[in-house]
Order: sequence, then structure tokens, then C-alpha cells
Amino acid sequence: MTKSLNLNTVVQNLPDTLKQEVNTENGSLYVNSKYIFEICRELKNNNKFQFNYLKSISAVDYVEFFEVVYHLDSLITNTSLVLKSKLYGRDGNSINSVISVWKGADLQEREIWDLMGIFFEGHPNMKRILLWEGFKGHPLRKDFLK
Amino acid sequence: MISFNTLNLFLVDLLSFLPDKLVFTISGLIMSVAICTFLIGLGSVYTWFERRVIARFQNRSGPNRWGPFGILQPIADAVKLLIKEDIIPATADKMVFIAAPIIFLCTTLLVYAFLPLGIDSQLGNINVALLFVLGITSVNALSVFMAGWASRNKYATLGAIRAVAMLISYEVPMAISLMGIVMVSQSLSLVGIVNAQSNIPFIILQPLGAITFMIAAIAEMSRAPFDMIESESELIGGYITEYAGMKFAVFQLSEFLAPIFTASLFTVLFLGGSNPLKFLEFLPIPGILWFASKSFVITAILLWFRSTWPRLRIDQIMGFAWKVLMPAAILNTLLVGLELVFIRDNYILQIIINMLIFVVFIYLIANILGQKRLKLKEPVPSELANMDA
Amino acid sequence: MSLNSELVTINFGPQHPSMHGVFRLRVTLDGETIVDLEPVFGYLHRGTEKLAEERTYVQIVTLTDRLDYVASMSNNLAYVSAVEKLCNIEVPKRASYIRVIVAELQRIASHLMATGFLLNDLGAFGTPLMYCFREREKILDLFEILCGARITLSYMRPGGIFQDTPQEFWDDLELFLESMPNQIDELESLITGNEIVLSRTRDVGILTPEQVIDASLSGPMLRASSVKWDLRKANPYEIYDEIDFDVPIGATGDTFDRYLIRIKEMRESLKIITQCINLIKPGPVRNEDVPLIIRAPEGEAYVGIEGPKGELGFYLVSDGGISPYRCKIRAPSFINLTLLKEMTAGGKIGDLIVNFGSIDIVLGEVDR
Repeated sequence: MTKSLNLNTVVQNLPDTLKQEVNTENGSLYVNSKYIFEICRELKNNNKFQFNYLKSISAVDYVEFFEVVYHLDSLITNTSLVLKSKLYGRDGNSINSVISVWKGADLQEREIWDLMGIFFEGHPNMKRILLWEGFKGHPLRKDFLK
Repeated sequence: MISFNTLNLFLVDLLSFLPDKLVFTISGLIMSVAICTFLIGLGSVYTWFERRVIARFQNRSGPNRWGPFGILQPIADAVKLLIKEDIIPATADKMVFIAAPIIFLCTTLLVYAFLPLGIDSQLGNINVALLFVLGITSVNALSVFMAGWASRNKYATLGAIRAVAMLISYEVPMAISLMGIVMVSQSLSLVGIVNAQSNIPFIILQPLGAITFMIAAIAEMSRAPFDMIESESELIGGYITEYAGMKFAVFQLSEFLAPIFTASLFTVLFLGGSNPLKFLEFLPIPGILWFASKSFVITAILLWFRSTWPRLRIDQIMGFAWKVLMPAAILNTLLVGLELVFIRDNYILQIIINMLIFVVFIYLIANILGQKRLKLKEPVPSELANMDA
Repeated sequence: MSLNSELVTINFGPQHPSMHGVFRLRVTLDGETIVDLEPVFGYLHRGTEKLAEERTYVQIVTLTDRLDYVASMSNNLAYVSAVEKLCNIEVPKRASYIRVIVAELQRIASHLMATGFLLNDLGAFGTPLMYCFREREKILDLFEILCGARITLSYMRPGGIFQDTPQEFWDDLELFLESMPNQIDELESLITGNEIVLSRTRDVGILTPEQVIDASLSGPMLRASSVKWDLRKANPYEIYDEIDFDVPIGATGDTFDRYLIRIKEMRESLKIITQCINLIKPGPVRNEDVPLIIRAPEGEAYVGIEGPKGELGFYLVSDGGISPYRCKIRAPSFINLTLLKEMTAGGKIGDLIVNFGSIDIVLGEVDR
């Protein structure tokens, strides 16, 4: 059975420089969006976590902020973790790409840019994927409420 | 017994009031038109046959709506293709685009000019008929390349490039594999070759040559497992991608004539043509029926290959021509040459030696180049995943 | 003498016989050798995730049918599991068993399609494909008995399944289980030992365990590269923890392994179904407390199941309304395409088609 890691132990095991960049609230681990890349790299390479498998990246539009959700898995220890990162503002949001940590982020990050309009910095091929270049807007946003 | 020659003489008698040259021309024309019409009709029936047989291989029924057992299907297909819009791509080289299917069909039909279909049943008997056949079949490569290049389509061009590379490579082992029978029969004429097999068909005397020729011939007409010129799953249709309507039908017809032609040629060269089987000689069966039934068996075998084998990759196909078929053909020639010098009249010994070497060669090739020698590795679970943790 | 040559760019698809739908690959060729390749997505994009935000939880089941349209049961299962986790809905035991049975049947059907089309891509002129379709047809007939539909099934509901099974289904299932092992043997006798298949697929498109895990591949793609990871065992859902089965893995991670894994998984699925038939007991098949219009509590849930193509996950976010606030689909076929370039670059055109076929994608799921 896949166990979810205790969030407090996760925070404790992070190096001191990254500790103040994360906080736990409502049972999720929130990460400062500027440090997402460093934390992901730490989670993958640190022997206490070994999160070698990126299940999925999703983005949710809560109107006042965007939330990027990372579902991580460690195939070695069979544990899972959900990382979240909030992005405030409607236009020009960007977050660091984790493609150099997990290559599996490649297509999913492009999809989020296409449908949700969150730019991933450091992604080598950041362009629309499902819709055509020149499509106006990002359809999964809550911009189209009646 | 009715043969082409008696028919021809009958025609000459009928037209004897005309000047000699004219009689010869007219009777020749009538005979050729008859043969061509017959072949084109046969080709259409063969499309039905092939579709039905492959359908049975695949647990399907195949065409079964038009006429009894769907035998009128070719007519329906032809009508449908005839009334289709004739599309020529705007960027295509029109002259070459139109000429390609005509040349393709002509070369396929021309092969039958010197093919003895029965005793005394050929349009002509020249003393270099074998060379003529080999030459005329290699024009195929040209017409395929014309079609592919003139289409100005990348798939078609790729198909054309593949075609040229493959057809030319396979021509070499095909020609060399025939040297053995030429040496034994001392004749390049197809009639002479058939006559030389009145006792033993060459497939028994030279099994290595026969199989080399067979494989090379399958490649020459680009059918599975060598069908990479058209390779539907890779290049859509290869050189015929841009063809529609009647031009497409002509290509298809020539392609469906190719197995018939290959089977006839194989029958003539290795199965003794219209000679009856030794142990069935007493049966009153005319030579042309022997010829037809032998060809039919070969055609059925070709169909069997086609419906069950996947396609090889281009480098494997080219490698096979040069690494396997070429040595096999040369080995066969060498063997036959040595045997002609030392044990010319001892057929039994020749057969035993050749069969033995045939089996050993196939075994060695299978074990040197085949995949079965590579054992499947035992899977070891990677340390990067542990489900039970 | 030097010959001038230049690279050729060719579009494979969106209309191409072996692009499995409307996929498009922009391939740069140097003669026959593939230099570069770029997948182009989106020709079947229907905005499923956005549509889901406008529908009630039960209505979305029909949307999931149309994702991976050769494995609707698995999609249904993944979606209703996510809803059940979100709303804490109990599922009756009998429903769980039936879900597992139909999901495994669907896995067999999907793997049959994958194998058949892989062989078609190899150029086998449809014969293995027709053999596979003959067997798949029997499974579709079974589904037809269950719910009247053959492809877009919508069989499952949050809290159970749509209705109990008729006796006819069990009789036919029995017949199917009897004949299927022989049919798989027949298929294998046609393919597994075939010299041409072996030479085309062995050592072609090799992926190492590090690569596949790094690229988040899942399902047969992952296991072919000797990564022993199957969500049915790693994180058992429904009643998989009561059932005994193996997780086959491949040795080298080449195209042949990806084919062989699917054949082996079909046999394991048959084992699972047989055990389920022995364990299943009469009882309710649907949680009657679940209303037709579900109002999920505020919160979120991610559930991933082992679909035929890989990990099929649904991430649902609820704001307390009658439809999800956000419904994200983790589509296995989509993510499995990540490594296509790594598998293929440097190979020939034939390799490209075969590697692509061995990934086994369904465009409905890739483009959503």
C-alpha cells in the first residue's frame, strides 16, 4: 500500500535553507513558488525521500490565485507526497520548470501552459500543445464564468 | 493436341490470300492481343482469388456479394476505378506521371512473350529468352522510380528510392542463381530449359538455386516480407500514393500479375514447365494444364507468405540480399560447375550432394544470422522500484 | 566526388495508416535514418476537462468513456474511484468484484488491440490483427450483455455499478475463459517465435529503467524495462489485495519486451478473473445511499489505477457544488509519449512505426 509521507517529517528532513520556504496547511505541503525547483531536486536526490517518479502535475484556478499541484511517488519506498505551490495574479504567472529533475514533466508542463496559462521557466520547448498557436486565452481558466 | 503453334498455323492458313509479311504480322498481333487479354482477365480473377484466400487466412469472408462467391467483384472494382476522377497532382511531372503505369504494365506483359506455357506454346522462341526476361523485369525499377519521382510527394519519393535500392540489389542474386540451370541445360532459351528438365526438374537438382531465385523474385515483385516499397504502414502507398482512378488500377493490375508471372517463371525454370510429373506421366493431361497447376501451387505459396509474415526493415532487406542470397547463389553456381566437370552423368550423387549442402547452408545461415540463437534474457527486477515496501 | 544531400522533413499524420488515429509526427530524415522528430498533438482535443466542470458527477462517467475508447471500463473505474474517495462512498463487495472482472476483461481487450496493431505496423497485412479482433469481439459481446453498449459503456456509477449481471453473462464468461488461453497460445505461435518479428523488434527502441522512471512512463512501458511496478499490487484498490497474480516484467526494455509483457499480462488477467468468479458472492451491487446528484464535500482527491495503458489518474477538486471545480486527467498514453524521440532517433523509418506502435496510444486519451 502506498503510504503518504508525514508532512512534518518531510519539513524536518529538508535542509535549513529550504525549511522556511515550505509550510503545511490543510494537510498539504505548500512550497514557495520561487523555490519549487530546488525543493523538487532535494526531494528526488535526498536519500530520505527518493521521490524518483513524478505522477502528475496539475494546475487549479482558484480565481484569486493559481495552484500548481505535484503528485510525487517514490517507487523505491512506495510513498507518495503532494506538493502545492500558489501563484498570485492573473497574468504573466510563471514558475520554474522541473523538467531537469523529472523528464516526465515535459508534456504535462506544456499542457498546463496551454490550458491554464502558467509559464514554466527553463522548459526547453514551452509552446502550446493541444491548441494551436494563436489561440486566444487559456481555456481551463475560470475566465469564462457567466 | 492444340498448341499455340497450331493455332498460329491455322491463322496463317486463314489469311493466306494476303502477302506473306502481312500474314505474319496480323497473326502475330492476334496472338499477342489474345494473350494480353487473357492475362489481364486472369489478373482480375486473381485479385478476387487473392482477396478470398487472404480473407480465409484472416477469419473473414472476403468479397462475396457480386456473383457466385463474389467472383464478379473485380468487374465492380474496375468499373468503380474507371469512373473515378482522374487526379494528377498540380506539381507532378505530367508526362512521366502518366507514362509510369503504362511502362509498368507493358514490361509485366512483355515477359510472357517468350514464356513457354505448354508444349510448343509460346509466342516466340529466341535463344536468349532468359536474358530478355531478366532484362525486362529490371525495367520495373525504372517505372517505379518514374512514378515516385514524378509524383513530387515525399512518401512517393521515399518509396521510389527504396525501390531502386532494393530492386537493383535483388537482381544480382536472382541472375546468378540462374547460372546453374543455364550451365546444366546449355541453353538460354526458355524452351531449351524446359526440355532439359524432362527427367529431373531443377528444383530437385539445384535446391539452393531454386530457393535463392524464389526469394529474390518475391523481393523483385516487392511482396511481403519484402514489401517495403509500398509498405502501407510506413509510406502509406509508396510510389502509388498519388495515383487514383485508372492509373492506380493499372498499377494494381500489374502488381497482381506479378505473382502469376513469378509463378510461371519459377515453373518454367525449376519445376519443369509443361512437363508432367514423372510418376503421373500416364495421365492424359495436356502440358498447359500441368503448367497451370504447377504455377497455381506456387501462387498459393506466395499468398501464404503474404498473409502471415510481417515486413523486414530496409537495412535487413539489403543485408539479406548481399550477405545471404549472394553467397547462396555463388555457392550454387560453384557446386554445379564442379559437378558438371567431375560427375556429369551421375544425377543421383548430384542430388544427394546438393540437397546436403542446401540443408547445411540453411542451417548455418539460421544459426549465424537468425534471432533464435539469441536467448531471451532472464528479467531482473530493477532496484528502482519496490512494490512491497 | 561528393554528393550533395539534405535533410527531408516529412509529416507522418494526422492522416496516416499507422498513426493510430490523428496523431502527427514531424520527422526529419536523413535518407532512411531519423534525425529528429517532434510530436504534434491536439487533433482530437475535445476539452474533456473543461466539459467535466459543467456536468454533474454522474454525467461525467459518459465523458470518461470517450477518453481511451478501447478501454472504457478502466476509465469508468478510475473516475468513479476518484469520486468515491472524494465523497467517502462505500462500495458493496459484489460491485468491487464485478468491477475487477470487467476491468480485467477490458485490459485483455485493450492488449489484444495493442498487439494486433503493433503487428499491423510491422506489416503483417492484418492477419494477427484479425485474430486479435476475433477475441476482442467476444469481450465486447460480454459487455453488451452487461450494459447494452460495446464501446462507450458507462457501466460504473459512483457507489457501485449500473446494474447486477444477468446469468447469461456468467455462462458466456465461462466459455470465454475456457477458450482464451488457447487463443493466446495460437496468437503467440504466430508471433512470438517469428524470425521476422524478432529481428524487427529485438533491441529496437531500448529504454533503461532509469529513463522510464524519470520520464514518468507507466504500465507495460514501465514493466517492459524491468521496473516491477504495478498499482494493483503497489497500491491495491478494489479487491486486488485478495487476489494472487504475478507482475510480469521484461528483461531489456525493447519493443519485443513491450509486446511480450502484454501477452503475459493477458494471461495474468485471466487468472484474476477466474479467482474473482470463485470469490464473488450475491449481494447488492450499488450503494443505495448515493444520490443521483452528488454534492461532494469541499476538498480534493487523486486516484490512480492501473489501466491497460498505464497509470490512469483522476484528480478531482470540489468546491461543494454538484460538479467538480477541476477535473484533471492523468492520461497514460499522453505521458508515455515523452520518450518517443529517445526511442527512435537514429533508427530507420520502420523502427519509428514499430516503436510508436509498441507504446500503444489511443488518441482520445492523448488529446482529451
